[in-house]
Amino acid sequence: MRSIGQRSIKKVPALRGRMVVNLFFEASTRTRFSFETAEKWLSADSLNFAAKGSSVEKGESLLDTARNLQAMSPDLIVIRHGSPGVPHFLARHLKAGVVNAGDGAHEHPTQALLDALTIRQRLGRVEGLRVAICGDIAHSRVVRSNIWLLTKMGSKVVVCGPPTLLPDRIAAMGVEVTTDFDEALEGADVVMMLRMQLERQGMSLFPSTREYFRLYGLDAKRLARAKPGAIVMHPGPMNRGVEIASDIADSDRSVILEQVANGVAVRMAVLYLLLGGHPWEGES
Amino acid sequence: MSRLLLRGGRLVDPVAERDGRFDVLLEDGLVAEVGDRIEAGGARVFDASKLCVFPGFIDLHTHLREPGREYAETIHTGLAAAAAGGFTAVCAMPNTSPVNDTREVCEFIRSRAAGARSAQLYPIAAITMGQKGQEMTAFGELVETGAVAFSDDGHWLGGGLLRHAYEHAGLFSKAIVQHCEDPTLSFHSPMHEGAVSARLGLAGQPAMAEAVAVARDLLIAELTGGRLHVAHISTARALELVRRAKAEGIAVTCEVTPHHLLLTDEEVATSGFSTRTKMNPPLREASDLVALLAGIQDGTIDAIATDHAPHHADEKAVDFDSAPFGIVGLETAASVVHDRLVARGRLGLDRFVSLFSAGPARVFGLPGGTLAPGSPADVTLFDPEARWKVDPHKFVSKGRSTPFAGWELVGAPAATIVSGAVIWQRADI
Repeated sequence: MRSIGQRSIKKVPALRGRMVVNLFFEASTRTRFSFETAEKWLSADSLNFAAKGSSVEKGESLLDTARNLQAMSPDLIVIRHGSPGVPHFLARHLKAGVVNAGDGAHEHPTQALLDALTIRQRLGRVEGLRVAICGDIAHSRVVRSNIWLLTKMGSKVVVCGPPTLLPDRIAAMGVEVTTDFDEALEGADVVMMLRMQLERQGMSLFPSTREYFRLYGLDAKRLARAKPGAIVMHPGPMNRGVEIASDIADSDRSVILEQVANGVAVRMAVLYLLLGGHPWEGES
Repeated sequence: MSRLLLRGGRLVDPVAERDGRFDVLLEDGLVAEVGDRIEAGGARVFDASKLCVFPGFIDLHTHLREPGREYAETIHTGLAAAAAGGFTAVCAMPNTSPVNDTREVCEFIRSRAAGARSAQLYPIAAITMGQKGQEMTAFGELVETGAVAFSDDGHWLGGGLLRHAYEHAGLFSKAIVQHCEDPTLSFHSPMHEGAVSARLGLAGQPAMAEAVAVARDLLIAELTGGRLHVAHISTARALELVRRAKAEGIAVTCEVTPHHLLLTDEEVATSGFSTRTKMNPPLREASDLVALLAGIQDGTIDAIATDHAPHHADEKAVDFDSAPFGIVGLETAASVVHDRLVARGRLGLDRFVSLFSAGPARVFGLPGGTLAPGSPADVTLFDPEARWKVDPHKFVSKGRSTPFAGWELVGAPAATIVSGAVIWQRADI
């Protein structure tokens, strides 16, 4: 899939005649463009839905919107929604396949897949690595999907953030939990920084962005605690100077743009496996 | 003169200390006689030989939605659902539209119930006008119109106002019914705060939000000598506060719902975020269930109540965050508790009966709770061997949302008798 993006003619006929609806109820740049690109390169017909400007603004319910789309017989629906569980809700009510492109603070499975791919490309493996995921754990769907995938693939995951943004019971997912940023970084092979959701400022979750960077911002001095070859990741969009210093984000340790490039490949793979030929077809 | 003889059932009446085969004669709305063998003498005979005979079940916590949201439930459908669930009486919460805050609304509700050949209705009136937390309602007038207690349900009241409410309600020996939740701690979040909410990325209400509210009200009740009834208690911590307060002689009672006794927050995950697992208080965790079970066994919990809260199917067919809190319970409460706790040996049959009859009667000082001669002829006939599967489409209630859908149960109400008249009977009896 990755090689398709490097060709001069970026199109294969794998999903010709298949229809995919990108149903985005929440703002998204990276994920939506990434899915759209993946669909185009695979020759699927895609239809983009954004809540803004749609009949949702006229009060149409989620279920009615989905049923109306279903009436047009799409093969797959890619859904992004601000509330956890909406993909499950749609899957119960629709015949089309459903791909979760992010549901509230719950999950973002294709992000985890592209993160794992990026880690394996750079470090050669996922198993046995120490992965530190740092920042606003409470509101992050990226962290939850990464915990599922990386622990399943044998990584040791440590999550870190200020106590107000770190539900301690997340330890039950099989991760180490700490509020000490330096401790989390110690000996890490991968440092994954999460976006500080600035819109939450004023909810007394943290005093100021300045204070946040002082305690939990990744700079060169901090990064020195990680392993020498450690890579730095970020799902974007970044707040430079809040959770990550610009010189780190733009350094050769950073794989942030590789994550974006891999996102298209991973989403092509997901679409292909769900709609095209199954490599395990015929197996019982 | 109407006479009905319940022949040969297993009478379980903890107040009268009876558990055995008895005939029960009902005459003119009262229990006339209880004995080994009563001559029919012209009375209609009801063969109860395969059934249990219990004092009428009373639900302390029902939302009937009328006036205002008749599309979700009416007084008629709600009371019919109560009868089908074995309840002879329900206490209707005041959060209708308009709110039950005046004599006129209270009279309207009672008049709608009077026409129904079903369970009886006891209104609970609001503490403040419109449940807005500002101006107190006319307690005296409302009591005169039939209000049995006062509650602003989920609306958080300031401590000063609440103190006055306890003092005023004390004049009429009525309880203040509190949905104990400090909203500045809970933010009315859609589920319980714990390992499951952390995993699912849903905002959680900490158990502490309930305990803090219970603690505050206990202190006010202690100061004023007023009576607190804690609605749908759901956490171990809050229950411990009630247990200690009772030991200290503070006038407090509490109720628990079947869903808080039997289900944990894992249900939200295993159901795939189904909105039938969304109610307030939310489903808690295993350690809370253990404490609540101990509470019904040792009597710290006075009653099992349904918190029957019907919504239209469209209102619940939305994402988890947007869905309204509330599930129905009238038609499943007795059976699920019987099946999961009584039939499996975790709760004695006498405690079961007390928690549904004498317990709730005592909490609000209602008639009934026993079938001793002279008591109201309100009877719940229960078939402890009946096997059935919960199918919400067959509910009498307009509400269909229940986490017990599909459960296979042993034990079911068989007939419901109010004032000596059979108001509901299972089709096959």
